Amino acid sequence: MNNQIMVRVHTEDFNVADEYALLACDNQDGAVVNFVGKVRDFNDGSAVTDLTLEHYPGMTESVLMQISEQACERWPLNKVTIIHRFGTMSLGEQIVFIGVTSAHRKAAFATCEFLIDFLKTKAPFWKLEAGDDGAKWVEARDSDQQAAKTWQK
Amino acid sequence: MIQVLFFAQIRELLGTAKVEHCADNIDTAETLRVALAATDDKWEKVLTSDKLLVAINQTMSQWDSPVNDGDEVAFFPPVTGG
Repeated sequence: MNNQIMVRVHTEDFNVADEYALLACDNQDGAVVNFVGKVRDFNDGSAVTDLTLEHYPGMTESVLMQISEQACERWPLNKVTIIHRFGTMSLGEQIVFIGVTSAHRKAAFATCEFLIDFLKTKAPFWKLEAGDDGAKWVEARDSDQQAAKTWQK
Repeated sequence: MIQVLFFAQIRELLGTAKVEHCADNIDTAETLRVALAATDDKWEKVLTSDKLLVAINQTMSQWDSPVNDGDEVAFFPPVTGG
């Protein structure tokens, strides 16, 4: 099957309704699963006021494309969309969008989770959190590494 | 020359995002790291962190991966996107 993969990395916000409309227009698909990651107000017990995401231009896009292709080899999918923002974002703002379509729900749910788990451990993004005690770089979590490992066959 | 890039805390701690390094006597990511760490005490401390990761030509690599003249090598901490 020719998969339709779209990867976008930019500072601008995205509109979930627009992305859903693009994903949901094929009648061969019975399932559309979306995930949106947002800036939340706390991390490791500290209040967060905003978040700045740094990335490695070029490598980021190629890693996101690679993990999308891996997913398409593993599950019967039609479309995959990954959008990730960089720059400074305020509380509640959207950071990342993952959208997957398939004939059936199981493949779409599994792929969506696989993609966010792999993105979190492989795509070169770094979060700098600003809060009441100044700015600090977010530490990578062992639980994210564990989540990605569970997908190894 | 080898183009060397630094990201996130590594960039901030070193105070630079990019340097060029002569490719002479560099054959792996590890030899490049050791050569850069010899710059001064600060570089030594930052570049010997056991959490440091390396990408060669925008692909995640191992410390014994080969590095050649003209390559782009990036050093950065564990990733935290999503």
